[in-house]
Amino acid sequence: MIAEAGHYALVLALALALIQSTVPMLGARWGDPALMNVARSTALAQLLFVAASFTALVMLYVNSDFSVVNVFENSHSTKPLLYKITGVWGHHEGSMLLWVAILALFGGLVAAFGNNLRLSLRAHVLAVQGWIAAAFYLFILVTSNPFLRIASPPIEGRDLNPVLQDIGLAVHPPMLYLGYVGFSISFSFAIAALIEGRIDAAWARWVRPWTLVAWIFLTLGIAMGSYWAYYELGWGGWWFWDPVENASLMPWLAGTALLHSAVVMEKRNALKVWTILLSILAFSLSLLGTFLVRSGVLTSVHAFATDPSRGVFILLILCLFIGGSLTLYAWRASALKQGGLFAPVSREGALVLNNLFLTSACATVFIGTLYPLALEVLTGDKISVGAPFFNLTFGPLFVPLLVAMPFGPLLAWKRGDLLGAAQRLTAAGIAALVAIAVLFAWTHGGATLAPLAIGLAIFVIGGALSDLAERMALFRVPLAIAMARARGLPRATWGTAFAHAGIGVALIGIVCETTWNSEYIGTMKPRDVASVAGYQLKLDEITQRQGPNFREMIAQFTVALDGETLQVMMPSKRNFTTRDSSTTEAALLTRGASQLYVSLGDTNAEGAIAVRIYHKPLVLLIWWGPVLMAFGGLLSLSDRRLRVGAPKPAKAARALQPAE
Amino acid sequence: MTRKQRRLTMIGGSLAVLAVAAALVLNAMRDSIVFFSTPTMAAEKQIPPGKRFRLGGLVQPGSLVRGDNLAVNFSIADGSATLAVAYKGMLPDLFREGQGVVAEGALDASGVFKADTVLAKHDETYMPKDVADALKKQGHWKDDYGAKPGATAASAPVQGIAK
Repeated sequence: MIAEAGHYALVLALALALIQSTVPMLGARWGDPALMNVARSTALAQLLFVAASFTALVMLYVNSDFSVVNVFENSHSTKPLLYKITGVWGHHEGSMLLWVAILALFGGLVAAFGNNLRLSLRAHVLAVQGWIAAAFYLFILVTSNPFLRIASPPIEGRDLNPVLQDIGLAVHPPMLYLGYVGFSISFSFAIAALIEGRIDAAWARWVRPWTLVAWIFLTLGIAMGSYWAYYELGWGGWWFWDPVENASLMPWLAGTALLHSAVVMEKRNALKVWTILLSILAFSLSLLGTFLVRSGVLTSVHAFATDPSRGVFILLILCLFIGGSLTLYAWRASALKQGGLFAPVSREGALVLNNLFLTSACATVFIGTLYPLALEVLTGDKISVGAPFFNLTFGPLFVPLLVAMPFGPLLAWKRGDLLGAAQRLTAAGIAALVAIAVLFAWTHGGATLAPLAIGLAIFVIGGALSDLAERMALFRVPLAIAMARARGLPRATWGTAFAHAGIGVALIGIVCETTWNSEYIGTMKPRDVASVAGYQLKLDEITQRQGPNFREMIAQFTVALDGETLQVMMPSKRNFTTRDSSTTEAALLTRGASQLYVSLGDTNAEGAIAVRIYHKPLVLLIWWGPVLMAFGGLLSLSDRRLRVGAPKPAKAARALQPAE
Repeated sequence: MTRKQRRLTMIGGSLAVLAVAAALVLNAMRDSIVFFSTPTMAAEKQIPPGKRFRLGGLVQPGSLVRGDNLAVNFSIADGSATLAVAYKGMLPDLFREGQGVVAEGALDASGVFKADTVLAKHDETYMPKDVADALKKQGHWKDDYGAKPGATAASAPVQGIAK
């Protein structure tokens, strides 16, 4: 009954999406406010029905209703409640339902809070949202219905893949989807602007917070996925340049570029056409990510060819939306009036440079991810493009970006003073040089690139701090006044500083982890001692334990530093009988930002166990960086000018530019 | 600067960055791409020692020998040819005799494949098409879901998690 209700709600949502995608368009064409307002109510009703559908699926999982194919295949009655719920998006059908639910949520938010938008703009934006929603509802209903029943219900389910039964992966997909789908808003705004042939500063002021929201979630989602891979996979790696990871990195890069170009558009009314293109690209890359992950094309081009229904459907959606939007762009972009002039050395110029490097970096990731697929389709050769490729392309493109980054906020709009900016960065530069010198002296003869990279990171962090110090005139005026000025700074300024510093922090973590990582891999018997980076790990005992839906072998290590016992670490290996598969639960010991990492391998005949111990210096900075960046984004989002909202059209009449 | 000069600076700068990016990509394509082979293909192509490639096939049942301190020797077979593999380190959770495996590394002078990475996979990803087809024909194909340790773990499509 619940399954049928959920299914029916989904069908109703599709019907509503179809109305939402057509009626408001006609209303805008005929200038009929009543028809245009249909967009608002259908978007809200659509959200209601998708939410009902999604709730139905959650209930099926909580009740362990194995008469539903989807629940049978991905759940088990003994699974903890938390993982029963998160298991809802632990597989294809459920995650697609989550995708459309989040899409409807964003559409509903625009409908609910878009009262200060021009009526026709809102109608167009919601209509475009309706198109996307309708396409994905169709996809779910035709190829991946989560509510199908089994004729003769089994008693027990097949359980969720054990590596997914983890809190990190429970939260990771919703975060990531909030990011992916969040870009649909800026996409819809871009398409609406192209259809209407007009775009103004109010448009940019509306798009920016939505892009920022999507970007914050995507940043956190990627960081969380990376931390999950780090502790759950037992290899201590945190980024593999795997196509699935690249699929989330590409929209992030395009979205970051969009965030910066939207600033230029909002403040200076320039770079309009480019901002529109980036909006289209960011969402297109999100769709591409969905396609890569969901169609099975990554597993194998051949698998894709043997069961093509899903893949071809998403490919069609992909072609329709990306092809359609780019065609519309080519056709209509010239109708948008070009705005503001600026010198190459200026804030605008710096932001253009940022965009250039970010999009180029994005393009290299794109090539590295899709080239193997293309080659396999064309020639049948199977190749793998791994970390070396990306280190050689992505890395060099990020270096100039990071060098230029501190200069950007210090340059004035329109015409900047490069020398002045450089003078204000003296302190940061000196700090960086000192750091490089100290590191060279300390590691003497070690890696040469690492001290330089850390120097660069220090420069980036110092640059962000210099910008703040400069703005509150620290050391030039009495401290009390400087503090007052600090409080008076726009939140967006603080946000910029935090986000930029976050990049530097993450870079330090990345460099330290990859350069000074020490490891011990070997077999150990109880009472053996291994020493890594000054720590002594003594294997006390190996025990067995029964968990809710797994059996577990736990090894207990006592960790000591200089003879002083610190803590006990208990890595384990879980064996899930339902799926006959095992997972490795690494044990982590955090000391400051560094971590000791222990994971287990197989036991051999004599009772010895294979052990992997890593000492990863400053590894946590890799994730603190993105958290700082997201926090910066949040600060920026709370900026007064975005809270107050876009100027009303009547007041901003002079800012509007008619289309030809 | 005139409007035209500004525009030219902008376009020139963009082209320069794009050219650098293209050069980096082409350079990296030449050096850092790893081809995939089965033992049969490796024998046919006469891959020189020291050239890195990915070797995929099934772990030959009975070939696994564990040495001291995590040294492992086993053979990878694809139905018509086998190749000896030496590896030192921990094998992934899903490594089993008779199952699909991919090793990355290079041949040494004596013709043994020195692997520095071993990935065990149950799905087609790293399974050469011939092997997969052959297995399917014999009815040995396991349409299994695998938790894949290592580089590609998070990509398991059957796990159905989008990253």
